[in-house]
Amino acid sequence: MTDLKKIFHVKGNDFTHAGEASVNIKNMLKSIGLDPKLIRRIGVCGYEGEMNMVMHGGDGTLSIEINTDKIILYLDDNGPGIEDLELAMKEGYSTAKDEYREMGFGAGMGLPNMKKNADEFTISSKVGRGTQVKMVFSLNH
Amino acid sequence: MKLSEIVNILEATVLVGNDQLDKEITRGGAADLMSDILAGLSDKCIFLTGLTTIQAVRTALVADVSAVVFVRSKNPPQEVIELAKEQNVPVLISPYSMFVSCGRLHAKGITGLDGKT
Repeated sequence: MTDLKKIFHVKGNDFTHAGEASVNIKNMLKSIGLDPKLIRRIGVCGYEGEMNMVMHGGDGTLSIEINTDKIILYLDDNGPGIEDLELAMKEGYSTAKDEYREMGFGAGMGLPNMKKNADEFTISSKVGRGTQVKMVFSLNH
Repeated sequence: MKLSEIVNILEATVLVGNDQLDKEITRGGAADLMSDILAGLSDKCIFLTGLTTIQAVRTALVADVSAVVFVRSKNPPQEVIELAKEQNVPVLISPYSMFVSCGRLHAKGITGLDGKT
């Protein structure tokens, strides 16, 4: 049963507001009294995903679903898609532009960081269509 | 140690968070790459960076770091200070370089994000 679902819109190339959705999610989870370590993991996954979307994905959404036994984050964008998923998951591999690197992003750590912090991580992508990521965080630890 | 001691060690100016100088800090991380901080999640840590962008504060927020230090006397833009105030994140400016700032803190017992010295 889903207790709560919230959808945040993420705008491509908008670095002023990039990360706002994840900060909102973090504050929301704080207010319901979740374990700070779990909040941090969820916040990092949301933020890395949000930044990926702003840098590569064009417009999209970051959604959170809160259930009694788990929390799920969904990223859904209509960007260019990822040609080689296996390569994209490798630490250090990045296709980010230099201007993003100057802002401290594009180190090729986003997707590996997300996978590391989520209990379940699934990604699907189609070139020309976009990318979807689902990250599950168990509440039964 | 308390954040107030870090202010002394780094001869820092407190831009935001004068009311939070009692916060306990035990670990530190220094990076201009946000993912390095996001990958090394830690409690009671300080985040040193030379990047004065709004994303430095958002990174601090999601990674739950206790304070941000901008090194080499770098003054952040007003929007960065506003966000830090709004979200209650202490922000310091140190005149020392990243290397020297880290050295001064490490010499006084602040460990890396993983707790190693």
